[in-house]
Amino acid sequence: MTTAPAQAGWRFRQPSVIPGFGLTLGFSLAYLTLIILIPLSGLLWRSAALGWPEFWAIATDRRTINALRISFGTAFVAAAVNVVFGTLVAWVLVRYRFPGRRIVDAMVDLPFALPTAVAGIALTTLYAPNGWIGKLLMPLGIKVAYTPLGIVIALIFIGLPFVVRTVQPIMEEIDKEVEEAAATLGANRFQIITRILFPGLAPAIVTGFALAFARGVGEYGSVIFIAGNLPYKSEIAPLLIVIRLEEYNYPAATAIAAIMLALSFIMLLVVNLAQSWSRKRYG
Amino acid sequence: MADPEIKSYEPHHESQSAAVTESRPARLALMAVAFAFLGIFLLLPLIIVFNEAFAKGIGAYTEALGSADTRSAIRLTLLVAAISVPLNIVFGISAAWAIAKFEFKGKAFLTTLIDLPFSVSPVISGLVYVLLFGAQGLLGTWLKARGIVILFAVPGIVLATIFVTFPFVARELIPLMQEQGNGDEEAALSLGANGWQTFWYVTLPNVKWGLLYGVLLCNARAMGEFGAVSVVSGHIRGLTNTMPLHVEILYNEYNAVGAFAVASLLAGLALVTLVLKTLLEMRYGAEIAATRGH
Repeated sequence: MTTAPAQAGWRFRQPSVIPGFGLTLGFSLAYLTLIILIPLSGLLWRSAALGWPEFWAIATDRRTINALRISFGTAFVAAAVNVVFGTLVAWVLVRYRFPGRRIVDAMVDLPFALPTAVAGIALTTLYAPNGWIGKLLMPLGIKVAYTPLGIVIALIFIGLPFVVRTVQPIMEEIDKEVEEAAATLGANRFQIITRILFPGLAPAIVTGFALAFARGVGEYGSVIFIAGNLPYKSEIAPLLIVIRLEEYNYPAATAIAAIMLALSFIMLLVVNLAQSWSRKRYG
Repeated sequence: MADPEIKSYEPHHESQSAAVTESRPARLALMAVAFAFLGIFLLLPLIIVFNEAFAKGIGAYTEALGSADTRSAIRLTLLVAAISVPLNIVFGISAAWAIAKFEFKGKAFLTTLIDLPFSVSPVISGLVYVLLFGAQGLLGTWLKARGIVILFAVPGIVLATIFVTFPFVARELIPLMQEQGNGDEEAALSLGANGWQTFWYVTLPNVKWGLLYGVLLCNARAMGEFGAVSVVSGHIRGLTNTMPLHVEILYNEYNAVGAFAVASLLAGLALVTLVLKTLLEMRYGAEIAATRGH
């Protein structure tokens, strides 16, 4: 058991009688480094080694730009849909009592538990022109499977629990007395929801949106079956990475992956800023 | 649990209760929309898996599951989970011990790093190993000279699976052990227990349900992972094909019954996971970390 050197003024860790710090931290760091950090820095190192002109050529390739636009665009729409319906589902689960509530609540986690490939072929079968839902939409002229709309459907499925599970606990904590006070002071239900309830929920909704969006951008398994995968039209960025890898075009695969990581990182940063803003504004 | 309150309101002051909850028609309408949404987006996909799997009768179903390729895919999936889940359990416990029991510099940063795999696309999780171990990879020639095969073989699949399931156990145990504090361990140590005894007889029993919860989620993802494994597996039938990859191959061959038969096993696994998870939450809710979500 090693302990950190005791230095005057600066201490790596607070003293404790509990043993095993060196062993557990050492093992955790080694495992983290081997499994996650070295492989990920390998990716960054490889994309840095490309050189700017080559990187720029890949990044501005029309197919790359379209794939990124489709991935981020469909993920944004799906996350927005999930914010509306996910918040509604959370509200129904928290505020209303009905038989089978426990089962419905458990069902919300299905997208976490169901392998993405299974979700992919199931949704494709449902929304194909001769599928249960596709058949109903066909006469209306709506094509879902093998179009960007299909990608949105798959990402709604994947992202739903992120919104529900982020908003639900915050909703449970809302003090009903505040609502009662507002009601006694003459506020109607609509005013209570928009002025009292929503501001408290806003940071959680933003977080839920961000989680669903981030997951949607990187999603692969459930999307590739339903998307149709037409270059420039319904080809997502993760699929383009796989295609470039299969062509042994490692530089292109690396560059697209690095762009995706960078965009996701910027997005998380923006969301963090939005969150702290909404906490200040409404908190 | 605000519910009894609403109920006691309703019969007496219909108007006042309407101010604190929605009117009855509004409530029913909201519930109808929520159920319709969940029915279309969650229930129907689940139903169609079993519907398609049994579309040509139970004979075709069992025949599809009995094929040699399917059985080898099932074996590989079980093998990969049996290696990657225990490794992540050891890591999860070790990381939770270091982070929850001690105060040290950079702790918050370390916690963020552990969550990193959740914000990386599964395809990128696979790609990083291709860049490392592939023929054009950083270690490619070194490995080839020594005859070590990682990519397009079981070790690569295991590594990619470990990467994507990395945070599950740790992120369940860290908040739980932080919540429980160090009191029990300090008492055990002062009574003369050594470190291992303290862990084995004091800490582990305290966190066992939380640990099981994390393992459950870790296992579900390990057996179901598609994107990362797809990139590193090479899709060699009977050798490097896991169950989710086998679903894809059968589906692309227009073997719907076969694809959905294998998918029905994975869906069954998902349902079992959800049932156990719900039971754990109901029975041992207090002994599982308060933070939820993935």
